[in-house]
Amino acid sequence: MTITAAAASAGKDTQDEAATTTTALTLGRSLNEGLRQAMRDDERVVLLGEDIASLGGVFRVTDGLAAEFGDRVVDTPLAESGIVGTAIGLALRGYRPVCEIQFDGFVYPAFDQIVSQLAKMRARSRGLLRLPVTIRIPVGGGIGAVEHHSESNEAYFCHTAGLRVVACGHPQDAYDLLRAAIACDDPVIFYEPKRRYWDRAEVGLGGPVDGDTLGRARVLREGSDATVVAYGPMVAVARGVAEVAASEGRSLEVLDLRSLSPLDTGALCRSASKTGRVVVVHEAPVNVGLGAEIAATVMQHCFYDLEAPVERVGGYNIPYPPARAEGDYLPDLDRVLDAVDRVCAG
Amino acid sequence: MSTHSAASSADGVLRLVDPAGTLDDQTAADMLEVTGDLVRGLYRDMVLGRRLDQEAYSLQRQGELGLWLMSLGQEAAQAGSIRALRADDRVFPSYREHVAALCRGISPTELLSQWRGTSHGSWDPERYHFHIYSLVLATQTLHAVGYAMGVRYDAADSVVFTYLGDGASSQGDASEALNWAAVTSAPVVFFCQNNGWAISTPASKQYASPLRERAKGFGLDAVSVDGNDVLAVHAATRRMVERVRAGGAPGFIEAHTYRMSGHSTSDDPKRYRDDAEAARWQAHDPVERVRLLLTARGWADEDYFATVASDAEELATRTRRECRALPEPSLSDTFRATLCDEPESLRREREAFETYLESFL
Repeated sequence: MTITAAAASAGKDTQDEAATTTTALTLGRSLNEGLRQAMRDDERVVLLGEDIASLGGVFRVTDGLAAEFGDRVVDTPLAESGIVGTAIGLALRGYRPVCEIQFDGFVYPAFDQIVSQLAKMRARSRGLLRLPVTIRIPVGGGIGAVEHHSESNEAYFCHTAGLRVVACGHPQDAYDLLRAAIACDDPVIFYEPKRRYWDRAEVGLGGPVDGDTLGRARVLREGSDATVVAYGPMVAVARGVAEVAASEGRSLEVLDLRSLSPLDTGALCRSASKTGRVVVVHEAPVNVGLGAEIAATVMQHCFYDLEAPVERVGGYNIPYPPARAEGDYLPDLDRVLDAVDRVCAG
Repeated sequence: MSTHSAASSADGVLRLVDPAGTLDDQTAADMLEVTGDLVRGLYRDMVLGRRLDQEAYSLQRQGELGLWLMSLGQEAAQAGSIRALRADDRVFPSYREHVAALCRGISPTELLSQWRGTSHGSWDPERYHFHIYSLVLATQTLHAVGYAMGVRYDAADSVVFTYLGDGASSQGDASEALNWAAVTSAPVVFFCQNNGWAISTPASKQYASPLRERAKGFGLDAVSVDGNDVLAVHAATRRMVERVRAGGAPGFIEAHTYRMSGHSTSDDPKRYRDDAEAARWQAHDPVERVRLLLTARGWADEDYFATVASDAEELATRTRRECRALPEPSLSDTFRATLCDEPESLRREREAFETYLESFL
């Protein structure tokens, strides 16, 4: 997975070339198509999750798959540790399980199976075992949900060696990254921004899987004054920020990380060195969040190119608030624009 | 369930050979053909397993191993069960199944590596159909159930076999696995070595209802055996495994045994249990009763016992030699084994580490 200047911007081209059909799809539907294609491509792909068969999942991401693939779509007992633990067993048998964790806040019962078993098993076996397990997790807030349904817990998994952590921000990436995650021989935590499930865009379907997309960030918008680094649900916010800033005469670059672990350090540093100003945005609390790693990385590698300290915009260091207060908790256009003002002030 | 009704003792715990070495021919005849070959083989497995355990214990005391988890007293439970499986029946052990591992052909070196600190798991699970040890209790039971789901998908006829202990039975993963197995009719057998102690916690503080009953409550077929009676373990396991292979409900076998040593070489059982308890269990020694049976039936003579003892010494010598010759691990290998295609960031970290090491040369 070599990171080159070309690679960071190659994603879009690759997708266009690979696509056989293009159609307007929501992000949720794109994930559905990604799963369908992966299951057609490889009969060892099986789905495990709660309410994913006849109901099609609470967000309908697996809608219709049980009808096409029968017992390869498994409605499991309500036991998250069981979902991941049995997925490990299936992977050891040669299958490629895709687990659905119903909501972000429900992943913790599976924490041991993910962190102590799934992530470590390859290294424990000195590389003999492969664990091609994808764990899909709807992530983040913004849908007015009750508690435990709006969390951003990516830092736990990014901190765990042996996992790849990916977040998709828009429909084409949802389709491409999910197929790449399932085809990958490593365990992948796959974050789906639940408030963007209904975002719609033209999506190219079909074509070969591009495994390299899994580790690459992507520049979504070129700019020269500052870089806004985002992923998952904050990608749309970052794009909005760039639009508004442009109307005010400020040129922002938007970098969609896509891969949260490992980080595409090359793409990150190229953009940071180019603009000299960086704002990192995520829903997760700023405290020991991914933004801290990004800020440290930028400082270490781009120190002499920086014109201002790296700004982080994220959740506060409090439990996720009740739904009617989440608007004040989640980073939005204004908070990010304020941070852009701060980095550009110097 | 016939295995259950065949139990020769009143409490529903199957026993075929009593501590004096007397075989209950009538009950045994109902379950398996007891031959001199079978009993001699199981005896040898147990003696070799015990000698390996003893040697590993000594190696730890001499500083050659960081830690060792002793299997003393549990030889019958392990040899009797593993020998009832087909070679392609996949095993998911906990961490004390040294005798079973040895029976599967795993070498002393491969077994000791983890405890010497040269690896976290050194044998190839595919080669032996025996997964690497799991140190977090009961996690392996879910892996076994998932693997069994795969066996079912493949329409294969192998059975998945997982070891757990009385302590592990309290873990949520154990309950999830039992339930999941029953719901999916997975071809899996849970083998619980109830050795009475989870480090210092007695089984009486671990559960209020017998484990066998709990398993039945989940919908499994469950039996109890005298875990120090290798023929009872062997017979019950064979019957259960073949029933599951034929498409029956998943099974649960509770083998009542006793951990004659501490939990590990770092443990001090004198702090929490009476020596008299271990002394009582000494009278139920799993190896001695088979020696008595072999002698009484004329299935083995002194030459045979001497040969087995000599083989055991040879194994001990080999264990010691190979343990000391284990190559030291390299951090670079761990870097490379962490993910399938070493990512750029990890490669850079490894190279920086290697450059740092080289700076001392």
